[in-house]
Amino acid sequence: MRKPLSMIAGAVALGLVLAGCSSTPSSDPDNADQVEVFTWWASGSEKVGLDALVGVFNEQNPDIEFINASVAGGAGSNAKAALASRLESNDPPDTFQAHAGAELTDYINAGQLQDLSSFYQENGLTDVFPESLIERITVDGAIYSVPSNIHRANVVWANTQVLEDAGIDPMAAPADIDAWLVDLKKLKDAGVETPLALGTEWTQMQLFENVLIADLGAEGYSGLWTGDTSWDDAGVETAIGHYGELLEYTNSDFAGLDWDAATQIVLDGNAAYNVMGDWAESAFQQAGWTYDNEYTTWATPGTDGVFDFLADSFTLSVGAPHEAAAIDWLTTISSAEGQKAFNLAKGSIPARTDTVAADYPAYQQTAITSFGEDTVVSSLAHGAAASIAWSGDISSAIGKFGADRDAASLLSGLVAAADKAQG
Amino acid sequence: MKKGYKNWGPPLLLIAPTIVVLGIFVYGLIGANISVSLSNRNSLVPATEFVGLDNYFALFAEERFIHSLQNLGVFTVFFIGGTMIFGFLWAWMLDKGVTAEGVFRSVFLFPMAISFVASGVVWRWLLNSAEGDRASGLNRVFENLGLDFLQNSWWNEPGWGMAAIALPAIWQLAGYVMALFLSGFRGIPEELREAARMDGATEWKLYRYVIFPQLSPVALSALIIVGHMSLKVFDLIMAITKSIYQTEVPATYLWVALTSNDYAKSATIATILLLFVAVVIVPYLIYTARAEKRQG
Repeated sequence: MRKPLSMIAGAVALGLVLAGCSSTPSSDPDNADQVEVFTWWASGSEKVGLDALVGVFNEQNPDIEFINASVAGGAGSNAKAALASRLESNDPPDTFQAHAGAELTDYINAGQLQDLSSFYQENGLTDVFPESLIERITVDGAIYSVPSNIHRANVVWANTQVLEDAGIDPMAAPADIDAWLVDLKKLKDAGVETPLALGTEWTQMQLFENVLIADLGAEGYSGLWTGDTSWDDAGVETAIGHYGELLEYTNSDFAGLDWDAATQIVLDGNAAYNVMGDWAESAFQQAGWTYDNEYTTWATPGTDGVFDFLADSFTLSVGAPHEAAAIDWLTTISSAEGQKAFNLAKGSIPARTDTVAADYPAYQQTAITSFGEDTVVSSLAHGAAASIAWSGDISSAIGKFGADRDAASLLSGLVAAADKAQG
Repeated sequence: MKKGYKNWGPPLLLIAPTIVVLGIFVYGLIGANISVSLSNRNSLVPATEFVGLDNYFALFAEERFIHSLQNLGVFTVFFIGGTMIFGFLWAWMLDKGVTAEGVFRSVFLFPMAISFVASGVVWRWLLNSAEGDRASGLNRVFENLGLDFLQNSWWNEPGWGMAAIALPAIWQLAGYVMALFLSGFRGIPEELREAARMDGATEWKLYRYVIFPQLSPVALSALIIVGHMSLKVFDLIMAITKSIYQTEVPATYLWVALTSNDYAKSATIATILLLFVAVVIVPYLIYTARAEKRQG
């Protein structure tokens, strides 16, 4: 009696293992008609966007089998760990998702990415992507990734009702941080306890980078990452002062709130403003609010004419088993059709300037216009401006400032982080 | 010779798989970890040279790492103190004899059955640091009870904030310490107490000279178990605050370093944590080995 039972158990276990293997098609290096794409887009609007993109890809390349190697969880951190071990064991996916910009530095230094500048030339991408974007993603004359979607990180989301109640015109953006602080004071005096909603460490970093852009200007801010602007510049000190003043108007529990909880404070009418990337748009849509009616947006005061960008992008691995198919995938991503399908689904905007703005919802239209006209700078909080280690050090220094408000310590922390990263 | 083989052969064969697996997956990997911590593998680029203890010196020179050690220290003191005090108190009260002892025992032990992550999610809300209108969790309870002065920012407080993180940990493990102490109390023969009373010992003297000495091995075990759990605390903090500066401990810093591809730094932190735990555990192992020898 015991033996048959254990055999059945064994057979069931084996069956489960086999079922686990067969549920996803595996990458076969000898089969050229495959492409394995590694992402962390496994749920929500990102999954919808990826599916839309795959739809366009299958239309353009009916013979190529798309292998979805997405890894869920941890806002990409699980995927990055899985990716690191695959790259380490020389088993790279053909192409993988990564934030465009400096976050790729580690992969580039480790010689894991192929230069795509000739791909840009052949597909005319240098003409359709904004020049300042190309400049931002070029490293020593080479380009290593193709952006699939663009987000903007210097946007203030404002609750018009709260502003009107305090006698402030919601449609008129303050000219600079000082003017904004005057409005914040007015709101506080009018009884709004926490006029500026803020969240956990990376949203603090995002607010700080907005203040840096406002006080240093686009060129000065970009210079911080190339070494052209020194971190002990007087502008940085001014920015720290401004940032400290802004924190006086925020909710005291910010360290424990994720970005959506912070945006919710604006939706609840307990705060007037939230500085957030434009994925916040979906929160306002879900609340049933209409643009320029219940809520409005403007570029963070002092950053008008600057587009603080972050982007997801795709790479071409060194040693990709299906290089030709991977290039087909990159072609689809960079095509007008692919970018439109993906970005309409995900709620972001295309990297191409030949986009028809009218196809997009109201907020995205404003973003598309600015993206075409403004100076593009790289976002710190989202990996475009600094390498992972550097932005980790900055994040820690800003988190510390959020707790102790020690301006001198923040400045020395920032200078030390820059010395370590650039030295 | 043949007889000798029969003596040690089969037992060795029986434990051989364990030895091999432990050798590779525990000691082998500890060795690999230490060797990474001595290399310059600070990014995705493979290590090129042996750098000795440079990573260790760099880490201890970092304000951030020292801060994470301070956080760990505060957490450990409150966690150990809280679990020992409450565990002992509850065990003592149960030992005094209460009705429905089984119910109380279960109630105090139940929290231990919950994983740190699950309770962390709940405590994340309970320990919300918003006060006034937007207060939730415990702060809201205080407000509704008219105890506004008790509202505080919990773990958001610079300096002593980690004590708030210790609250859920104490809540989860005090019951376990109680169970240990209770078994200790039960292991003391009634005759000893009676003899002491016959000799005219007061209640305090009875505890001081008869009960406490009998409980000390239990207390030591509890201290070691809770202490080493405290040193490697990770899941609770990740669930309550995620990895942010204010509540950073070496284990969460390790995770941050690992996800930013600084393998040498994370291996260094891991080695330091291992040493800390060894400092706690090894004397205990020596102590129990000696005690066992004495008992023959």
